[in-house]
Amino acid sequence: MSERDVPIRVLVAKPGLDGHDRGAKVVVKALRDAGMEVIYTGLHQNVDQIVATAIQEDVDVIGLSILNGVHIPISKKLLKKLKEKGVEDKTIIVGGLIPTEEDFEKLKEIGIDGVFPTSTPFDTIVAFIKEKVG
Amino acid sequence: MELIDKMFSGDQIALARLITILENQSQSVPEIMKAIYPHIGNAYLLGITGPPGGGKSTLVDELTSIIRRKGLTVGIVAVDPTSPFSGGALLGDRVRMQKHYLDDGVFIRSMATRGSFGGLTNAAKCVIRLLDAFGKDIIIVETVGVGQTELDIIKAVDTVLVVLVPEAGDTIQTMKAGLMEIADIFVVNKADREGAKQMAGELRTMLNDSQKQTYWQVPVMETQANNGIGIDELYAEIEHHRDVLLQTGNLSVRRRRQRESELAEIVERRIKDKIVERIRKEGKFSVLVKKIADGEIDPYSASNEIFSDKEVLRDCFL
Ligand SMILES: Nc1nc2c(ncn2[C@@H]2O[C@H](COP(=O)(O)OP(=O)(O)O)[C@@H](O)[C@H]2O)c(=O)[nH]1
Ligand SMILES: [Mg+2]
Repeated sequence: MSERDVPIRVLVAKPGLDGHDRGAKVVVKALRDAGMEVIYTGLHQNVDQIVATAIQEDVDVIGLSILNGVHIPISKKLLKKLKEKGVEDKTIIVGGLIPTEEDFEKLKEIGIDGVFPTSTPFDTIVAFIKEKVG
Repeated sequence: MELIDKMFSGDQIALARLITILENQSQSVPEIMKAIYPHIGNAYLLGITGPPGGGKSTLVDELTSIIRRKGLTVGIVAVDPTSPFSGGALLGDRVRMQKHYLDDGVFIRSMATRGSFGGLTNAAKCVIRLLDAFGKDIIIVETVGVGQTELDIIKAVDTVLVVLVPEAGDTIQTMKAGLMEIADIFVVNKADREGAKQMAGELRTMLNDSQKQTYWQVPVMETQANNGIGIDELYAEIEHHRDVLLQTGNLSVRRRRQRESELAEIVERRIKDKIVERIRKEGKFSVLVKKIADGEIDPYSASNEIFSDKEVLRDCFL
């Protein structure tokens, strides 16, 4: 893997309706401190907004922060939309409360590159992104 | 370049990818700039600067709504500082601009300063040109008005808004930061807060004492960006400034001056890059640096040594 000399660009998006983004903001800071450029868009993003942002910002990574147990439908929808728009070169990761091992496996199955339950140390996420993109 | 053709056909993915190439200052920058230059000059460039948290992004959002209602398209370049410790950056301006995400007539790009000397200034200027060539009618550039880099970018636009908030000490800070000289319009945002009227008054007095142009008296506008108050008036003032620039011929004067410094910068950078690369390769650079550090020679004499080395000059310029 060649060492790139420009920062990795990451979009951290918070889809769905849950009311706070403390978790997402902590991740944003951790990624920034690891030398990444993190685009943060605030709460309540729908999939169309996430896709439009990912395109305009030409990010390397899309990270979804999801707490309310709707990972699978949202992830499916995101992947479908990206494909429709002809965007297939992004690394997609999902973080948050992943209720069961089954969900975890399912997310990988549908094409999510990395799945990180809330307990994951940030170093693990950073290392994963650097390995994938760096 | 295929990407350029695609961009001209209106493809946002190609546009975004080209921006990345410009931002990374890759080898193909000259090729891209050459291809797009015949298509630039139609957009009007608006710069918004001021201290962090003053409401700049919120204003950009509101102004964008007005511009869209007039049927014009918008390109937004939102610049935030790179952390000097990690090299990373938090680019959060979009949080205030959500209502435009799905509007095809609005293209938003966040950029980090990345800290290289003049690097961002150059990259951001290239990105502005690209959005212009893409066909955006109005391009808004948001920067945090603290560093030289940010001020340099702002100097490359047609109308500069300096956004302040009514907090103690701000007025004095303004003078210091050199924001005074670059403002075409002052905005006292958060006018819902105490002290706004007073601050606007102080600014007006200060501006009256030091009018910088005969054709334009810098106005002070009061806004409440998050309530949408005062924005129509602000936009009218922006249009007024544009009209005055056009009528007095000063728009072309201003743009000509910008092109002048742009060319000078490009030439400077190329000379610097070439010479530094050449003397680094030979180890001459580190020898000189060591001499300077050891107090044997001063930096001016050291640079004289470089510039009187015929071999270096020949390798670089012939
Ligand atoms: N009280 C008040 N708050 C405002 C006003 N305009 C913006 N804000 C808030 O100020 C904060 C910073 O705004 P933002 O647009 O991100 O500022 P920027 O850092 O200059 O881009 C946000 O919480 C806004 O909602 C205003 O007119 N009055
Ligand atoms: Mg901002």
